[in-house]
Amino acid sequence: MKTYKFKIKGLDCANCANELERSLQKIDVISNVSISFMMQRLTFECMEENEEAALEIIKKVIRKEEPDAYIEE
Amino acid sequence: MDKKMKKQLIKIIIALILFLSSLLLSFKSEFINNILFIIAYIIAGYNVVFKAIKNITRGKIFDENFLMTIATIGAFGIGEFPEAVAVMLFYQIGELFQSYAVDKSRKSIASLMDIRPDYANVYRNGEIKKVDPNEVNLEEIILIKPGEKIPLDGVVIEGESLLNTLALTGEAMPRHIKPGAEVLSGCINNDGTLKVKVTKEFGQSTVSKILDLVENASSRKSKSENFISKFAKYYTPIVVIIAVILATIPPLIIEGATFSDWVYRALAFLVVSCPCALVISIPLSFFGGIGAASKIGVLVKGSNYLEALASTETIVCDKTGTLTEGEFKVQKINAIGYSNEDLLKYAAYAENYSNHPISLSLKDAYSNEINEKLVTGTKEISGKGIIAKVDGKEVLVGNEKLMKENNIDFQKSNEMGTIIYVAISDKFAGVIMIADRIKEDAYQAIKLFKENHVKKIVMLTGDKESISKEVANALKLDEYHAELLPQDKVEWTQKLINEKSEKGKLVFVGDGINDAPVLALSDIGVAMGALGSDAAIEAADVVIMTDEPSKVASAIKISKKTMQIARQNIVFAITVKVAVLILSAIGIATMWAAVFADVGVSVLAILNALRILNIKNN
Repeated sequence: MKTYKFKIKGLDCANCANELERSLQKIDVISNVSISFMMQRLTFECMEENEEAALEIIKKVIRKEEPDAYIEE
Repeated sequence: MDKKMKKQLIKIIIALILFLSSLLLSFKSEFINNILFIIAYIIAGYNVVFKAIKNITRGKIFDENFLMTIATIGAFGIGEFPEAVAVMLFYQIGELFQSYAVDKSRKSIASLMDIRPDYANVYRNGEIKKVDPNEVNLEEIILIKPGEKIPLDGVVIEGESLLNTLALTGEAMPRHIKPGAEVLSGCINNDGTLKVKVTKEFGQSTVSKILDLVENASSRKSKSENFISKFAKYYTPIVVIIAVILATIPPLIIEGATFSDWVYRALAFLVVSCPCALVISIPLSFFGGIGAASKIGVLVKGSNYLEALASTETIVCDKTGTLTEGEFKVQKINAIGYSNEDLLKYAAYAENYSNHPISLSLKDAYSNEINEKLVTGTKEISGKGIIAKVDGKEVLVGNEKLMKENNIDFQKSNEMGTIIYVAISDKFAGVIMIADRIKEDAYQAIKLFKENHVKKIVMLTGDKESISKEVANALKLDEYHAELLPQDKVEWTQKLINEKSEKGKLVFVGDGINDAPVLALSDIGVAMGALGSDAAIEAADVVIMTDEPSKVASAIKISKKTMQIARQNIVFAITVKVAVLILSAIGIATMWAAVFADVGVSVLAILNALRILNIKNN
């Protein structure tokens, strides 16, 4: 397990961040998902070999739930 | 304010002017008034309506944009034009204020943590090159000019200067450094030019570790944040469902009730159904609290720890290095036949060639230059002391055994600490007492702990009973346990955890060295004097950059203030919302009241949360 951190931008409000966090928590391959609205930061844990797949799913969920938000790499 | 916010502000102002002119001037023609209202509505709210439509296609119905759109279009539908515009307008004002406040507090935390160096001047092939700190390798030599930030941890090889550590420690006193001294990234070089050999890569250096820690802090959420996010999850759907029921059922079953009246009441429900202000004010409070703590050199690793600190019931302290200085210093001199200064001088001269900790303390206390020509024939007698010729006189410096062995007629001293006996020319000349000293700040810390309603303060130490008793009595501690092995400390901590109340928290304060099991066991582990100690930063939940135990008390105070504000916001916002819901259901509160309650609550809750950033150090 490795902890990953990404900057997440374009989130409108704290409640939207919470809702997105809840949706991301449902993704199987990642755990301990947390979105800090104040720091604009997405953190999650995931097996190293699943990193790319996880990021793909995360981006898909974000596009669906909060199209204004995006991950800055 | 950024561009997006400025644009939004201009739109709001134009819409507000149109809205007010229609409302106040009340043109004779109803038609003109309504046209003005509609234009104002479009200017203020078109983006909300667009977003709402987009969201519906994605099946998100409890989205705030959708709720506002329904509430306002509904109001137009029942002919309440001014209400429709007002709801949209004030909703946008609330949103703008919210993003402004969030932006401002993000920036103020960012400036607080403005310790990230932008570049490093590195010597390469005989030239100085300006590069990204990330690109500097170990063992390379970097140059730091006056006023620049130290980009990487290293050792000074040339130059002297004063270092400003304010951003790291909250300490205003600059630190004097010279060749051989270790320097930490993030400090500011005040006056001299320094050449430094890099000992840590940027990713491993102090500044990166601290930034990482602070940036991650808000990812560990507090119970209050989780509560409010759960509340929001149920609150909105419930309010919306009640609104639907209100709009449809009463007109059917109550005689004389009209649809337009009940739809109006239902629309007021939709206005207060948005939980966003409430949701933002809680993380905003914690964010501010963590920021206020970092400002004084206390790094809290998560909102959950900041929350827990407020319920501190028991504080367990390590002794050496936490409550005491952790270094041995000359505390007392009792000279016989000589002045105290002369006695110290003879002792320091005799010890000149020794590196024993006691010799170092004596030389440290003497502090004058030692004329080495006057010292001859030094003999170190292991476990006993030193014999040397100083200025032609034979000087004996050591313990009782040394005196007895040389048949010196001496007076035994019963002082605490380590006693050094001195004899000059075969005659007893007095004693020097060396001991660890209680930190000045420790007294202040214990006083502040009590003021912050800490019920029990306990000291656990491996040191001797007699010395520990003296420290515990001087500081008026509630309990102390001495001569403990590391596993005994764990056992005592477990016992104290069992003794405290369910809700109360146990805080362990240590210097982070050899404390890992106790740090892990306690509810909140605090490591002190952590500047430069990676192990301590790693193991603890709260990191204090200086070695002042009173900072723990300051952190508790900030935590209590944060919790107080968070609680005020939760209670205040929920009360107002529920009150408005009840009043509009029975037809007393108008949509106007609902708008003001909603936006007003947002603004007040956010302003209240921002107060934390202004907490003073003491």
